[in-house]
Amino acid sequence: MVRRMIRPFRFCLAAFATLLFAAPAFAHPHVWVTMHTELVYAPDGSITGVRHAWAFDDMFSAFATQGIEAKEKGKFTREELSGLAKVNVESLKEFDYFTYVTADGKKTSLGEPLADYWLDYTDAVLTLNFTLPFKGPLKPKELKVEVYDPTIFVDFAWAKDDPVRLVGGRGCKADVVKPREMTFAEGKALSQIPADQKNTTMAWGEKFANKILVHCP
Amino acid sequence: MSDGARGSLSPIPRAAAKRGGTRWPPARTHAAFIMGVALLVLAAVDAASAQPFGIARGAAAPEVGGITGWILAKQAEFYRMFSGLIRAAKADGSAAYTLMGISFLYGVFHAAGPGHGKAVISSYMVANDETWRRGVALSFASAIFQSFTAIAIVGVAAVLLGATAHAMGNTVRVIETVSYALIVLIGLRLLWVKGGALLKLLRGEKGVPHSHEHDDDDHHSHGHAHSHNPDHDHDHDHGHAHSHSHAHAHHHHHDHADEAHAWGHAHAPEPAELAGEHWLKRGLAAIIAVGLRPCSGAIIVLVFALAQGLFWIGVASTFMMGIGTAITVAAIATIAVAARRFAGSLAKAKPGAGTLLLRGLETAAALAIIVFGVALLTGYMVSERMMGV
Repeated sequence: MVRRMIRPFRFCLAAFATLLFAAPAFAHPHVWVTMHTELVYAPDGSITGVRHAWAFDDMFSAFATQGIEAKEKGKFTREELSGLAKVNVESLKEFDYFTYVTADGKKTSLGEPLADYWLDYTDAVLTLNFTLPFKGPLKPKELKVEVYDPTIFVDFAWAKDDPVRLVGGRGCKADVVKPREMTFAEGKALSQIPADQKNTTMAWGEKFANKILVHCP
Repeated sequence: MSDGARGSLSPIPRAAAKRGGTRWPPARTHAAFIMGVALLVLAAVDAASAQPFGIARGAAAPEVGGITGWILAKQAEFYRMFSGLIRAAKADGSAAYTLMGISFLYGVFHAAGPGHGKAVISSYMVANDETWRRGVALSFASAIFQSFTAIAIVGVAAVLLGATAHAMGNTVRVIETVSYALIVLIGLRLLWVKGGALLKLLRGEKGVPHSHEHDDDDHHSHGHAHSHNPDHDHDHDHGHAHSHSHAHAHHHHHDHADEAHAWGHAHAPEPAELAGEHWLKRGLAAIIAVGLRPCSGAIIVLVFALAQGLFWIGVASTFMMGIGTAITVAAIATIAVAARRFAGSLAKAKPGAGTLLLRGLETAAALAIIVFGVALLTGYMVSERMMGV
């Protein structure tokens, strides 16, 4: 009798395990970022960097500046925020700065941010400014820059006004793609991807990221 | 473990020998089983954790489907309303009421979304055969405790010490680690008892189930078998506040190799103790493990309120979130209890097989707690990221 019961027992365990791993990591946004992004080109037409200006939501801005000393209450200078900027930029490294670049169909990793990064504090909103350099000279005909957090802890969105600019890069044309709402079917499909598979390159990354598509002659 | 308790272990080999000696001493099998399980769990878990802007996060991608997606969207929607409402509350008192309502709803949705609290509490309920009333009580206690943790951290760190968000984040990360480790310990402890009982059953050492599926008004007081059960030569130094001064009247009638006794008792409070304080005392570990880790959302809201000069409104909002969270967790825990009860009634109807299923269920629930704990500890699962900034 005991032997006969082992099967349902195993089934039970398996069911439990499935349940567990089907409900994996997740968060919902706690940080909202409104982005302005510039793509910087060298005079010879090769792309040199991605320059971000990320404005945080007011709650996160208040939270992040908590306890930082300011000469004038409620106002922070770049110098006063330099420590925080350093922490921000350094910790973003492990997340690839949420910036994913594909040049002529090939994934391209960016270098560490240039030293001139800083935080601004205007109207109770913190803005992080930093530039991610390309590692070598690159003249892609097609360039795709995506910005997203695969765990949606940080919600990225383009600013309404002029979110993307090309600095240099004569003849190139940029299209800004906003992430569209997921349909129910897509959401369901995404939710059925086993949790042990990283699916950042799948639907989420491809279809729902904030995207810049640049075509150069 | 005290020497006294260790001393009481001596009957094990004898008991095993009596049973026909080729088997491993139960305690060793027990330990091997638990270790195996622990290794499995570790192997299943991918270690990854890091922090954007100094924020901890996990590796797996989000699930944004159907109902879950909707819950996440609602949560985010409510959360986004906080800043406007807190600002408005400065000038207009009625905004404060709206804020309370939204905080409550946020709590309800927040707990319905992914999070470890409800998972741990539910598994704990299943493994321990708790009553639904205890489930509700544990849910409320842990949620309210969680509100207190957030308020205490922001109150002490930000209000009194003027600490930075980065410092607060570091504090929370320490607390978080302790809380997750505690979850693992609770799971291991339950696994030891429940898994051990299951092993015994599988090896056929237990012919007739010694049913401890008591109904609520069963009034035996068995006290706690723990270190007095000779099969348990393990350490109980898990920080569970056991008091061994309880009556052990029942105990010595059992064959010492008979684990049955441990099932109903080890961590499972007897239903008759509902009126007393014991079960709560034992549930305290679960309450602390779940409630110790503050909600990032609450901390951000508190700090934001503080920045607006309205700390108290952040405090009130945090408690409303706690009540909302408690309601959802309690509902889920109640479902878990009902499922366990159903399994219990099956066990009664089919003593042999049913009991095995029941023990299996309890063991699986104990395992689930360990998996959650380890997954959280290693950053494989994020119930929520903490902002370190």
